[in-house]
Amino acid sequence: MGFFQKIAEGIKKTKDAFSKKLFFAFSARALDDEFYDSLEEALLTADVGVTATENLIEELKDEIFKQKVKKPEDAREILRQLMIEDIDFDIPQYDYPLVILLSGVNGVGKTTAIGKLAHMFKQQGKSVVVAAADTFRAAASEQLEVWGQRAGVRVIRHNEGADPAAVVFDAISSAKARGNDVILIDTAGRLHNKKNLMAELQKICRVVERELPEADFRKFLVLDATTGQNAVSQAQIFSEDIETDGIILTKLDGTAKGGVVLAISDEIGLPVVYVGVGEKIDDLIPFDATDFINALL
Amino acid sequence: MALFENLSDRMNHIFSKLRNRGKLTELEIKQAMREIRVALLEADVNYAVVKDFTAKVSEKALGEDILKSLTPAQQIVKIVNDELIALMGSTHQKLMVSDKQPTVYMMCGLQGAGKTTMCGKLVAYLKKQGKKTLLVACDVYRPAAIQQLKVVAGKVGTECFEMGQIKPVKIAEEGIKYALKNGYDTVIIDTAGRLHIDETLMDELVALKKAVKPTEILLVVDSMTGQDAVTVADTFNKTLDITGVIMTKLDGDTRGGAALSIKAVTGKPIKFNGTGEKPDDIEPFHPERMASRILGMGDVLTLIEKAQDAISQEEAIKLSKKLKENSFTLEDYLQQLDSMKKMGNINDMIAMIPGLGSKLKGTPQIDEKQIAHTKAIILSMTPQERRNPDIIKASRRKRIAAGSGTTIQEVNQLLKQFEMMKDMMARMQKGGLRGLRGLKGLPF
Repeated sequence: MGFFQKIAEGIKKTKDAFSKKLFFAFSARALDDEFYDSLEEALLTADVGVTATENLIEELKDEIFKQKVKKPEDAREILRQLMIEDIDFDIPQYDYPLVILLSGVNGVGKTTAIGKLAHMFKQQGKSVVVAAADTFRAAASEQLEVWGQRAGVRVIRHNEGADPAAVVFDAISSAKARGNDVILIDTAGRLHNKKNLMAELQKICRVVERELPEADFRKFLVLDATTGQNAVSQAQIFSEDIETDGIILTKLDGTAKGGVVLAISDEIGLPVVYVGVGEKIDDLIPFDATDFINALL
Repeated sequence: MALFENLSDRMNHIFSKLRNRGKLTELEIKQAMREIRVALLEADVNYAVVKDFTAKVSEKALGEDILKSLTPAQQIVKIVNDELIALMGSTHQKLMVSDKQPTVYMMCGLQGAGKTTMCGKLVAYLKKQGKKTLLVACDVYRPAAIQQLKVVAGKVGTECFEMGQIKPVKIAEEGIKYALKNGYDTVIIDTAGRLHIDETLMDELVALKKAVKPTEILLVVDSMTGQDAVTVADTFNKTLDITGVIMTKLDGDTRGGAALSIKAVTGKPIKFNGTGEKPDDIEPFHPERMASRILGMGDVLTLIEKAQDAISQEEAIKLSKKLKENSFTLEDYLQQLDSMKKMGNINDMIAMIPGLGSKLKGTPQIDEKQIAHTKAIILSMTPQERRNPDIIKASRRKRIAAGSGTTIQEVNQLLKQFEMMKDMMARMQKGGLRGLRGLKGLPF
């Protein structure tokens, strides 16, 4: 399945709900208050958030004034462009050896995303090793092991309750010995307001930086597309605590709009790198702003 | 992010220039509603629910007399708060119990909502009520889900019934038979996370419901869920006619507006909150607490209840007697530290205090390890030393430091702190026990 079809399919439900509202918005006769109200509703119900929505509408009004736009259809095109500009991130280019660490709150789909990433790099002909650094949740390592088998990659694991930094250390040693290209680190889900758990994450990062200083080290935050405005708080604190490089947006195959990406971009400027659009191993695709917004509007 | 700190503050700001002592005017209400709308939307309350809600509140507030004791700002907050509570159901709703054994609870929800973790918590909760609960593993899809439930069962001291990855209906039926044979009065069925738009998997739940006729069908929802919570809950409710909702991950900093949306859309009661990763981290749902949380006003009630849970009435009386006689020793102090630990993570508790939680963001938190160190130091003393710290001189200090793996400085610091504490308590005594009596139940 092609890239565009996949993302379009993943966002189909989103599109149905969202564009229906936008259709009404843009089929309004004139650019009056009612028009802006319905536009605001569409953005808010997509989890774009109050601030980002207000900003977008202000920008749109400015453009409409500058370009002397009269018709709702033209306003639509302007909004589309504005939204694309807001989230038009570069696709990440990696150097090898590459270390990718996934973090995030509980239940967002970190382990599944690791499985999909392992598969993706494997398909690109890279040799991959996975560190099962979620030593806290019951059976997390077993879950990762199944994904490891599916992707055909090695999984380094310790017992439940072990020091996650020690697992990472072992995975790096093992990767060095075997000359692996990619090390993927799965971490336990943690709420961003738990200081000691965030400190544990910092320790893992220090181990990577010390043991493999030459590596390209990327830290991605995994976000559930169903999440509301708390995602902004998550993005903020995770990026403060471990200098997060980007976001993997999961569960975009539901009816959730994923609009919080715009709020995060607006307030923190953290790029989205991949999106999860299903439960199968190849259901993780690079984020593309144009496709994302095209499928949305 | 311009995170909305506290609705009361904002209301105070709006009304700061007004010295209105009569009725609330239309303009005031309109201004206030704008802020309330933003507050609710930022708390992730669904757009349509917010719209209905503000309309209803405006109507209520218009022309209402301002109570003598309240400012217009407080009056509006009070109306909003009351309406929120009314909307979420005014009292806590208990779990239903079946007349016919066993009582069966079926869990359902999206992926990653926290169903499996909640299963363990419910077992622990029901255990306290004298119930014997069997867990049945019907998540046959997610890798290692059965293994996870097994571990969870082990942690809360019960069994997990599983039959591998066969049809969930079969597993559930056999599980109930097993429960009856082995003296379990309650069964909890864990199911796989699924998207509400996945018809095949939703049909599976319908079949499961038909086969086992659960006493309750509980929808588990992540409290961080955004606008989509309404769609999800509505679909699950229409398909399965759920009996209740459980909100999870409320130990985060989410405002949890999803709770309000779900209640408004399904009309089904929210029964429990998940508030941490340990089996005991489950609380009955209290609408009034959720209301103040959604409005960003903290959760004092939960805090007080936690303190009451952790320290018994008897202990409290004993403590106040000791304080009166000024015979508070390091042994008592040790006991207090244990009580505090029972209340849960100190930082979580601080975060619940209104107006304080958000202000403390970014400041260094209280290190739980520090308490462990303090305990270690006290435990390294002889009973005699604990009762009479005055005898602790240089060589004893050295021994205690070595025994507890700390330094002499740390031992000194503890002894000094303890002296200060005793001093403070003595002064409080002179000031009258009255002030302290109000704090009965609190460890200090």
